[in-house]
Amino acid sequence: MSLLEFDNVTLRFGGVVAVNQVSFNVEEGEVFALVGPNGAGKSTVFNLISRFYNPAEGDIRFDGKSILGRKAYDIATLGIARTFQNIELFEHATVMQNLLVGRHRHRQSNFVTELLFTPFVRREERRHREAIEKVIDFLDLQAYREKYIAGLPYGVRKIVEMGRALAIEPRLLLLDEPASGLSVEETQDVAFWVEDIKKQMGITVIMVEHDMHLVSAVSDRVLALADGKALSLGTPQEVQNDPKVIEAYIGTTDEKQEVLA
Amino acid sequence: MRTVFKTSYDADINMFQHRYQFGWYALLLVIVLVLPLYLGSYWLGEMTSLLIWSIACMGLMILVGQTGQASLGHAAFLAIGAYANVLLQQRLGLPFIVSFPLAGLIAGICGALIAMPITRLHGVYLAIATLAINILVDDFIVIAAPLTNGVQGLFAPAIEIFGLTIDRYRTPIHFYYLALAVTLLVLFFYRNLMRSPLGRAFAAVRDSEISAQAMGVNIARTKALSFGISAGITGLAGALIGHYAGIFNNETFNIIISIQLLLAIVIGGLGSIHGAFFGAAVIALLPQSISMARDNLNWLFGTRAFSVPGMETAVFGLILVVFMLFEPRGIYGRWLKIRTYFQLFPFYRKDMFRRQKSYLKTERMR
Repeated sequence: MSLLEFDNVTLRFGGVVAVNQVSFNVEEGEVFALVGPNGAGKSTVFNLISRFYNPAEGDIRFDGKSILGRKAYDIATLGIARTFQNIELFEHATVMQNLLVGRHRHRQSNFVTELLFTPFVRREERRHREAIEKVIDFLDLQAYREKYIAGLPYGVRKIVEMGRALAIEPRLLLLDEPASGLSVEETQDVAFWVEDIKKQMGITVIMVEHDMHLVSAVSDRVLALADGKALSLGTPQEVQNDPKVIEAYIGTTDEKQEVLA
Repeated sequence: MRTVFKTSYDADINMFQHRYQFGWYALLLVIVLVLPLYLGSYWLGEMTSLLIWSIACMGLMILVGQTGQASLGHAAFLAIGAYANVLLQQRLGLPFIVSFPLAGLIAGICGALIAMPITRLHGVYLAIATLAINILVDDFIVIAAPLTNGVQGLFAPAIEIFGLTIDRYRTPIHFYYLALAVTLLVLFFYRNLMRSPLGRAFAAVRDSEISAQAMGVNIARTKALSFGISAGITGLAGALIGHYAGIFNNETFNIIISIQLLLAIVIGGLGSIHGAFFGAAVIALLPQSISMARDNLNWLFGTRAFSVPGMETAVFGLILVVFMLFEPRGIYGRWLKIRTYFQLFPFYRKDMFRRQKSYLKTERMR
């Protein structure tokens, strides 16, 4: 059984078909990449999994069970974490507080014990602190622990967002363009981290990414989307050489069409 | 500049970050404890009023400063608290020690119930909805005259706790200590909230609802809780205001009070406990300061030219405009800058507190 099954899903915004009968399965322990030109529906697929959008048709199953009956805030509880393309951090909070919000899924205390700050809440807080400290060590964020997000550079924010998703301790991690806007060195770091997330932490990763070097370096399988339709699914090499994918990215010339005909 | 060397996670979890901070607040506590021994009854009354306003400001700060939900109707919860407290004492014969927490609880439950439908609104629409709640409560008090005694108002009896009489005029020192005790209790709750998961969930809802959801925060529930806690604390302040005023009616808790509360926390500094106290100091002490300044100026120049009606409102408005233009982070924000200037002397840079440009938020997923 696959970890995530995307079964014939269609999403329409009025007359626009954003996702058109897309099906794919993500196996446990793999890095699965979504590629495609702008407006192909990659981020929409993420928003469907996060339950921000309701599909018109089809089913999305996580661990064999449909998630369509779940609310958006339930998704993290299932063990699905995500980052956002345009960075959605809590700006007026420190890096540490941002990571701690990621631990919300593991909250055991209720608001009465928290108002009184009972010894139990303190023990829980220590446990959460220890968990995020592991994330901080993993992503080398020590220098920024107490800094407010509002004053951090873009690259660090991207990494903090990834850290916040890891603090959830997910089974499935959705990374929406983890390397966009990053320098070459930072992109290499992201490649190493994605490898480690998969191998050391055993977390399955789905990644939307435009940087084909990064995609072919880390992903096991790639799905190419264009205009909401699935074009090609396979290893990075296969997808990159698929004529349909090449056509979607750079178009065709008349001669080429003649050759293909 | 002091660098705190942290050796355990508790350093981040503790209520006070380091010994010096604890020392300063302990000193402040000693000062407010011995203050009544040196103050005359007029200034003692003013200090009591300041403490009660601080409680109300803390209540509103939890909602506006921590959770980012605007409210222009918090006087409604002051009213609910004041009426519930006195009615429970008069109709059911409950002692103050029972009616007071119950009044807070009733205001809190009202707040949470009201929050469920109206927190679906955002920004200015939410502010208008809360304004409407204020008007509704005001009207309800007038209409429900058999219960609330309408515009004639209610008379708050003197408080008896374990044989100790607490009355604003006869035993002002007792009333001061009562207000101080409630302030400290609310402060304790507020500070605990800030360092626990719920407080962080509030900040998450304030800064980005979409990613708060993705982190597993139930937005509707969190907002209702925030509204409830905020309204409950405000209700406690309202109950104290009832006893402080002695007699009160619907006019005691009109929209002007709501607006003043919101102005106070903005002037004080949104999102900090200090801000609530600074803001309370402004609204509690400013009217008196203005009238004193006016009398002194009249005396100095031998005229009555400074006795313009409506002067207080004008000065209040002017102060707000000045803060909005020059110090949006309020008195507490200004204090932080001054402190940093001296801590880093001579290395303070002018742009140190300038916010970086915010990156585009994904509004389209709302």
